[in-house]
Amino acid sequence: MAARRLSGVISRSLSLRPLSSSSIVSRGNRTKLGSEVQRFSTSAALEEPIIPSVRISETQLLINGKFVDSASGKTFPALDPRTGEVIANVAEGDAEDINRAVSAARKAFDEGPWPRMTAYERSRILLRFADLVDKHNDDLAALETWDNGKPYEQSAETEVPMFARLFRYYAGWADKIHGLTVPADGPYHVQTLHEPIGVVGQIIPWNFPLLMFAWKVGPALATGNTIVLKSAEQTPLTALYAAKLLHEAGLPPGVLNVVSGYGPTAGAALASHMDVDKVAFTGSTDTGKIVQELAAKSNLKPVTLELGGKSPFIVCEDADVDKAVELAHFALFFNQGQCCCAGSRTFVHERVYDEFLEKAKARAQKRTVGDPFQKGIEQGPQIDSEQYEKILRYIKSGVESEATLECGGDKVGSKGYYIQPTVFSNVKDDMLIAQEEIFGPVQTILKFNEVSDVIKRANATRYGLAAGVFTQNIDTANTLTRALRAGTIWVNCFDVFDAAIPFGGYKMSGIGREKGVYSLSNYLQVKAVVTALKNPAWL
Amino acid sequence: MPAKRIASRLTYNEHTYLSLTISKIMAETHINGNSISSLKIPKIKFTKLFINGEFVDSVSGRTFETIDPRTEEKIADIAEGDGVDVDLAVKAARVAFDHGPWPRMSGSERGRIMMKFVDLVEENLEEIAALDAIDVGKVLSQGKTREVPFGISVLRYYAGAADKIHGKTLKLSSQLQGYTLYEPIGVVGHIIPWNFPVGMFFFKTGPALAAGCTMVVKPAEQSPLSALYCAHLAKLAGVPDGVINVITGYGPTAGAAISSHMDIDCVSFTGSTEVGRLIMQAAATSNLKSVSLELGGKSPLIIFDDVDVDSAVNLALMGGFANKGEYCVCSSRIFVQEGIYDEFVTKIARNSKGITVGDPFEPSTIQGPQADKAQYEKVLSYIEHGKRQGATLLSGGKPCGEKGYYIEPTIFTNVKDDMLIATDEIFGPVICVIKFKTIEEAIARANSSTYGLAAGIATKDLNIANIVSRSIRAGIVWINCYLAFDADAPYGGYKMSGFGREFGMDALYKYLQVKSVVTPIHNSPWL
Repeated sequence: MAARRLSGVISRSLSLRPLSSSSIVSRGNRTKLGSEVQRFSTSAALEEPIIPSVRISETQLLINGKFVDSASGKTFPALDPRTGEVIANVAEGDAEDINRAVSAARKAFDEGPWPRMTAYERSRILLRFADLVDKHNDDLAALETWDNGKPYEQSAETEVPMFARLFRYYAGWADKIHGLTVPADGPYHVQTLHEPIGVVGQIIPWNFPLLMFAWKVGPALATGNTIVLKSAEQTPLTALYAAKLLHEAGLPPGVLNVVSGYGPTAGAALASHMDVDKVAFTGSTDTGKIVQELAAKSNLKPVTLELGGKSPFIVCEDADVDKAVELAHFALFFNQGQCCCAGSRTFVHERVYDEFLEKAKARAQKRTVGDPFQKGIEQGPQIDSEQYEKILRYIKSGVESEATLECGGDKVGSKGYYIQPTVFSNVKDDMLIAQEEIFGPVQTILKFNEVSDVIKRANATRYGLAAGVFTQNIDTANTLTRALRAGTIWVNCFDVFDAAIPFGGYKMSGIGREKGVYSLSNYLQVKAVVTALKNPAWL
Repeated sequence: MPAKRIASRLTYNEHTYLSLTISKIMAETHINGNSISSLKIPKIKFTKLFINGEFVDSVSGRTFETIDPRTEEKIADIAEGDGVDVDLAVKAARVAFDHGPWPRMSGSERGRIMMKFVDLVEENLEEIAALDAIDVGKVLSQGKTREVPFGISVLRYYAGAADKIHGKTLKLSSQLQGYTLYEPIGVVGHIIPWNFPVGMFFFKTGPALAAGCTMVVKPAEQSPLSALYCAHLAKLAGVPDGVINVITGYGPTAGAAISSHMDIDCVSFTGSTEVGRLIMQAAATSNLKSVSLELGGKSPLIIFDDVDVDSAVNLALMGGFANKGEYCVCSSRIFVQEGIYDEFVTKIARNSKGITVGDPFEPSTIQGPQADKAQYEKVLSYIEHGKRQGATLLSGGKPCGEKGYYIEPTIFTNVKDDMLIATDEIFGPVICVIKFKTIEEAIARANSSTYGLAAGIATKDLNIANIVSRSIRAGIVWINCYLAFDADAPYGGYKMSGFGREFGMDALYKYLQVKSVVTPIHNSPWL
């Protein structure tokens, strides 16, 4: 059955995909190498997982301000990627729950206080929420790491603070959403009203559960919309916790509804719902296509997509090699390689190639892999068995295609989804590992000799999400910046994310921009109001 | 009930400050200028200059008295800053700007500190409102529910704006790429008036702080207390030393030293048109610092035949008598179309008697005393001019109470456009009601003023609203409302009401320099 096949694709690709972010980390001192920490070559530390101190309180769906069971009564397990064991059983929402959530959101939009209160009042609620996030920083971080496997220090020191920062940023926008008064060719008074678009469907991935929540929910709330959010089935916990805090901060019921569940059921129902006015999705390119198709086939809702990437990281001959090595390492291995904007094609100029390779390999070998709750750990487990197996298959493909395996290439330990930091050199553009998004700790290093040549090669991909450029030369920097077809160019830095910096893809990396002032337009309708003028004093 | 209907129509916005509540206007006449409230008066904690994060005496050691306008008695001795003290404050601000953390931290970090500052202001809202009430006779309940909350919303607005100061990337016409950087302008001088002491403090410091500037603030000598108090809160919130300095003192000494200082990059002044001229001259003869001026007004409120007369009367009372008429946007010229003129005059005479004049600490009070003796005497002399020049005194016209600077809400009719009371800013509870026939006439007469600050239009007719709002030469036009200020709505003057805008993102740009950065590009795939 066609429908069934379609959902199969959604399911697979939703689980295969995700998304990016974090900053600050890119500025340097993220590599705290504790001597007690296990390197990837040993696995002893992995055997006894540290028990997080956080209590899991919310596992039901959040509909109309209340935590409720799914209509079917079904649940699904949230798994600990360190062990593959069950953390909690979470209510499994499907189409019927999406219907319930959409009608709550619709009522909250059509009749509720949220779009009707002043922007200043909305901003106060978002600011109070950010203060609550600060207060619950460590619980949110522990939950995020438990569910996702990312290092706790990364969650607690970077991602949760960034989450609060994003909401404060959007709180500041709420009362600054400006339309225009417009000069028309004739005696007319023209103004544009920027109105909330209505009920928004948002589908977020598992790689940065909280940050993706903020990228989506922040601008939609600041602009006065109501929301049905579907979290990834791998990481349902922090969205529920954060949504609870938002209600504590004063969010009226029905404004944000959270449905945990799977792509083919809940996700597809949201994307094809006739009463959802907008859908925003972050995940794989394959699933993004389906989301857009469902939107087209249902009510033509506008779509924002933030999809996959195979982002080039270009090290020119005049680059500071040590810094480039460190940032190239970070660009790829950060978050277990599970970033949509990962610098997964490392192009190095031939004059510095050997030095770079030697140092990149040494850096990868030093990378600390282990229980993400352990201090000083740089790399935790991959998200789930499916990703884990997929990455190991890509490594095998790299070896078979005769790229040189410089280090790593295997799993770590006997439990959980840990993979060795892996570096390939002598990678050719047509190898699978240079073309497809691996979404794991696998660095592929390619050699180039001319800037004009590397531009062509860097652009020869269906993706266009991000790129890194390493050079001291202003002309080289400017030439590459303008020639690369990607939504973000980082010059002598990488993975610098801030609430104010727009992010999104060229080509098949997506449609639209998130964060920054640009993100607001995803959630606004523009209404032109034209009034005839009698005897105007001026035009 | 019609009164109820009117009330709901006029309560437009929670943050519109100082609008008189209709129920109070409807209340019985009650002049209680004699009774001094026994309500709690705040202890005065700060009386010295605030320089580089410390409260210090003036170099001269001199002080001046700040006076309670209810009793004409001294509240406190305040350090009197002059040129030497301004020098010290500018030095501190310069070091804080050139070497300190404030312009070097991210906008987001500045915004966080500002948010903390706002939270502290909110926690101490009552005390701040009381300081202004005792200092310049502002009605305490209005301060608590309108002015201070509005100031807070403005400060939050700019805290949220600190990380939203965008330059542009440019479309250049050759092989060049360019962008603009919006940089903090540097050390800013703020000279603020006494009519909204704490409100103005936030309107001025909010955008300058967000921009990353450092500043020297001179509050009016009539109202030094709340500025010193707020500077203290800013320090508690983490605003670094030297970023906000407060010099209390007089215009001809401290104010003049600020406007002529060679190391101040920008001066922002709110006050009278005469002093505005002096500020601009001083800026011109010193270092050509950029100037923004928010000056006087003689704002028209134009009421057309098609309106509900009762609601128009209430709008006129609010626009004319809010804050005892000590308001640069005071609707001191009420133009009323002939068809409703007689009814309007009858009703405004009656309703103006419902404005309770009295001790600003008394909850029933709508109008407190004028700010000081000089203002009080000036207002009374204008009333005399009006009578002498042949205008008809419809109501009020006298001082009230035996002590303090209380004046009755005063309305003149039969006012000619060239009478002093129709041309000059009185800055007191005195309005002129003027009859007109046609739209064209109303526009012409409303515009025949040296001022151009604000205007009000009352009409149900869409075309009249559009014609008049485009024709009036003023920086803000309120249609079927008045005093509808908002943090996001820029406001400022045309003509001799000044230049530059307060509020909105426009106010931020006063405190920013624009720098274009241009560089050649080679082999760009697009231009």
